[in-house]
Amino acid sequence: MEILLSDLLEIYGYDFTEYSRASIKRRINRLFVIDRFPSIAEFRFRLVSDQNYLRRMVEEITVNVTEMFRDPMFYKTIREEVFPVLATHPFIRIWHAGCATGEEVYSMAIMLHEANLLHKSLLYATDINPLVLENLRKGIFPLKHMKQYSENYITSGGKNDFSDYYTAKYEFAKFDDMLNRKMISSTHNLVSDRSFNEFQLIMCRNVMIYFDRDLQDKTLTLFDESLEKLGFLALGSKENLKFSVIAKKYLQLENKEKIWRKVL
Amino acid sequence: MTGNFKLVVIGGSAGSLDVILKIIPQLVLGSSLSLIIVMHRRINYDFSLSDLLTTKTLWEVSEAEEKQLILNDHIYLAPADYHLLIENDHTLSLDVSEKINYSRPSIDVTFESAAEVFGPSLACILLSGANDDGVQGLRKVKQAGGTCIVQDPATAIVSYMPQHAIDNAVIDKIIHPDEIGELINLMGR
Repeated sequence: MEILLSDLLEIYGYDFTEYSRASIKRRINRLFVIDRFPSIAEFRFRLVSDQNYLRRMVEEITVNVTEMFRDPMFYKTIREEVFPVLATHPFIRIWHAGCATGEEVYSMAIMLHEANLLHKSLLYATDINPLVLENLRKGIFPLKHMKQYSENYITSGGKNDFSDYYTAKYEFAKFDDMLNRKMISSTHNLVSDRSFNEFQLIMCRNVMIYFDRDLQDKTLTLFDESLEKLGFLALGSKENLKFSVIAKKYLQLENKEKIWRKVL
Repeated sequence: MTGNFKLVVIGGSAGSLDVILKIIPQLVLGSSLSLIIVMHRRINYDFSLSDLLTTKTLWEVSEAEEKQLILNDHIYLAPADYHLLIENDHTLSLDVSEKINYSRPSIDVTFESAAEVFGPSLACILLSGANDDGVQGLRKVKQAGGTCIVQDPATAIVSYMPQHAIDNAVIDKIIHPDEIGELINLMGR
């Protein structure tokens, strides 16, 4: 496995060497089984000789599982505690780092729309994986999840009829273009790419749990450089700034949702 | 089946909470091992489980956090909606990838990951449930030289999961719920 990871780095520049081992090993084993390689050598040969297979590999070993309004109380806090601050800015910039297929970006756009802030917002959505960003641009998600998303939406404080935001067609829900008009999507690798703007809110949920401690600190430093003073940093429900290098510059919101404010 | 164990992982689904509540009051301090519990449960009931278990045992109970080092006489719960894995340096990792056997956390994921790190010093115990989860993991535990234990299906509220394991994996011991706590104490001597 170490050889495969060093191939990815040396040939393609994708650096997974600072990812937590247990998870990435499981993802690689899983891909090896799904694609029915007879041996590791053949797996490796395919990877180094076939650029298209590289895309598949990056897509499969990174985790792209996401949902709309995941952890509804988190979103409720964004509505109630963060939006009133964002509203005071003439122009709002939000970065969704590691956005995968974009369900969280659409959740944010819906909330901004309801707070009458979407018109003056830009949502930057980035991911290491170019394929998932195509999904984000289309705004098409499986219809079977809409019931769960609708419940999440209501718990998060949503007052409208959730189904007004999409059109159902066959097995899919296509979200209103009004929502993605303010989204800018681009590939961005948190391991190797630099800061590209300043934001008032950075969302990076359940991405850094796959990183080792050093890479977590590097990524958080990148976020710190990309966040305005008094900006907000929002992480996943099991992630924490507590032991990180930037901890002393940030204060967690009082309700203990995983949202921190940059105070220094 | 005594001594030299470093980690016990318990996997359970429907009907397993009663068994866990029998096991953990029996645990004695000064053990050589840590206990990880992977239980399928509804997300909404989640918050109370570690609070509930804390009141029932001398061991320290906490919901698993990423990068947490596992310690003796500690119980770690797989958080709802995350898979729980173990790194070579005995720290915990969390993962939100696809559900396995319709489950997240999946028992298979934690059993397999623990087997790779702990090999023969691992024991895995599969309890009551209505799911296939855990069986594949028990096979990996066995391959790595670990010990596989299953709740006696006759004592399980839902016998499907332990019975499925007995039918499809090599099991070292089939056990009555009342005896599991004492066995863990012996393994941790």
